[in-house]
Amino acid sequence: MNTKLLQQLCLGMCVLASSVINAQQQDFDAVTIEALQVRDNIYMLVGSGGNITVQVGEDGVLMVDTQYAPLSEKIIAKIRELSDGPLRYIINTHHHGDHTGGNANLRATGSTVVGGNVGGDITDAGAGAQIIAHENAMLHMVAPPEGQEAASSDALPTLTYFNEKRDMWFNGEGIRVIHEPNAHTDGDSIVYFRQSDVIATGDVYVTGLYPFIDIASGGSIQGVIAAANNIIDLIIPVYGQDGGTLVIPGHGRLSDMGDVINWREMLTIIRDRVQDMIDRGLTLEEVQAARPTRDYDPRWGADTGFWTTTAFVAAVYQNLSTPQEGSL
Amino acid sequence: MAKFMRSAALSFCAVLGCLSALTVHAEKNLAGVWSGTYAEDWPDRFPGPELGDYAGLPLNDADRLRAQSWSASLIALPEYQCRVHPADYANSFADIRIWEERDPITEVLIALHLQHFAWQTRRTIWMDGRAHPPEYALHTSMGFSTGNWDGHVLTVHTTHLKEGWLRRNGVARSDQATVTEHFIRHDDILSWTVVVNDPTYLEEPFIRNRDYRYNIDGQIANYPCVSVIEMVREPGYIPHHLPGDNKDLMFFARNHQVPVAAAMGGAATMYPEYMQVLKTLPKPEAGN
Repeated sequence: MNTKLLQQLCLGMCVLASSVINAQQQDFDAVTIEALQVRDNIYMLVGSGGNITVQVGEDGVLMVDTQYAPLSEKIIAKIRELSDGPLRYIINTHHHGDHTGGNANLRATGSTVVGGNVGGDITDAGAGAQIIAHENAMLHMVAPPEGQEAASSDALPTLTYFNEKRDMWFNGEGIRVIHEPNAHTDGDSIVYFRQSDVIATGDVYVTGLYPFIDIASGGSIQGVIAAANNIIDLIIPVYGQDGGTLVIPGHGRLSDMGDVINWREMLTIIRDRVQDMIDRGLTLEEVQAARPTRDYDPRWGADTGFWTTTAFVAAVYQNLSTPQEGSL
Repeated sequence: MAKFMRSAALSFCAVLGCLSALTVHAEKNLAGVWSGTYAEDWPDRFPGPELGDYAGLPLNDADRLRAQSWSASLIALPEYQCRVHPADYANSFADIRIWEERDPITEVLIALHLQHFAWQTRRTIWMDGRAHPPEYALHTSMGFSTGNWDGHVLTVHTTHLKEGWLRRNGVARSDQATVTEHFIRHDDILSWTVVVNDPTYLEEPFIRNRDYRYNIDGQIANYPCVSVIEMVREPGYIPHHLPGDNKDLMFFARNHQVPVAAAMGGAATMYPEYMQVLKTLPKPEAGN
């Protein structure tokens, strides 16, 4: 890996670290939690940090991701407007703090259905909602890459999976938690509500920026594209590219097939361009000077902030020029 | 008798007042089936635009590269085959039906509904003053539209559009665009003007006008579309041209001996004075 690339990737990690600090400095008092009804019993909560998906019903409440800890009270209050049932499950799409920061607070408000061989008072075993995540997400929460914060023990997943999926039944429908390998990170899950026909994607799909490829946590451009293709495979539109299966992104607006297809198209074309430049022997500096993303930059790019176009191109270049072991 | 005369006079005044109010509002009835006259932009509409023809579009450099990278093979992919024309482009094709939705008690206009024959898409134009949804709500091909009468002109504002196209040869219109439309009825002719504002891909607003004629016998048929696999391809394959590698790019310019700079579009190419510039530009070599 050349020095420039290392510098840029380090810069990316510094940016990530500074984003954690920024999160700590955010004025959370000014944040309002809004709820958008997606289906009869599925809501998208928007505040600061990753989108939250909430499923409510007779069995209680299930939520996907928890945003930042200082927002937990507001999030709980919003959930209580939707349901007075017990919070039973939290599913984490990955380990980043903008999706898991509220784990401990929210878990404490819920309870797990337990039974069987429990020593002592069985009600103790049910304290707190279950937190489900891919095993790699938990490993990153325990021992995060440099620049990222470790989670407290009460924020850690209580139930992990390490294979391609985990199925469960809650509130009258099947819910499939699907691992998307080496995408945004190596611990990504998407959550497919089969009867409601809604997919919560975490950060393997966002609508405002180029995908943040957290290379230090095992992310890759190939994995993000593979995840997009997998999501498209799950979607059945009403007509053309509209309606039918709805997609709640990690950040940004509610989507459907057309949006994910445009995202997949954009990423595939950029990937192909950078790969072509690598094949022609261009260095990272030359690739960046050629601006392989320039037609998409007005929509997806950023010169400042958490994830710049420069950092994105550097990550794609690194992924494609040094394929990871077992890469896609 | 005097009492009767006074009452009759009051009633007459009331009727006049009502008529006067109707005149002031001047809302036109747009309901019915309307057929396109196709008096404008014929080659762009039914035969379809030629490859590399972006003339007259105020696209910016970013959109130009998107168009130059576009491959027509893209629309052979199953998930693209039934993609509908977006609301701001659909009025280029075929007939439409407009109908009103009124409050059954007050007869106040709640919404206008508009169906395009092409792809059977339906739009709702809310006339009841409701607000547009938050930005994080779903974007669709038809967007979210609200309308109001400005004299006899119906003005419609549309947000929440999914990414679409300005011309169906790869010129993209972003999902950040908003659209303002004006519907003007002159007896049996309906003029429909579309103004596209796209901060992502346009240097200036793009304005397109279409005319329709009232069709007293008109019916709108259905428009089924079923995707099929037309060829075997690698999963995830997206046809496109790498920058500088599109051999079809000169197709339009060479076929019509139009200077390449003009064929590549941009805001300047929309205006009449560009004809003077055109005379100074070199023409491409003939042939494909």
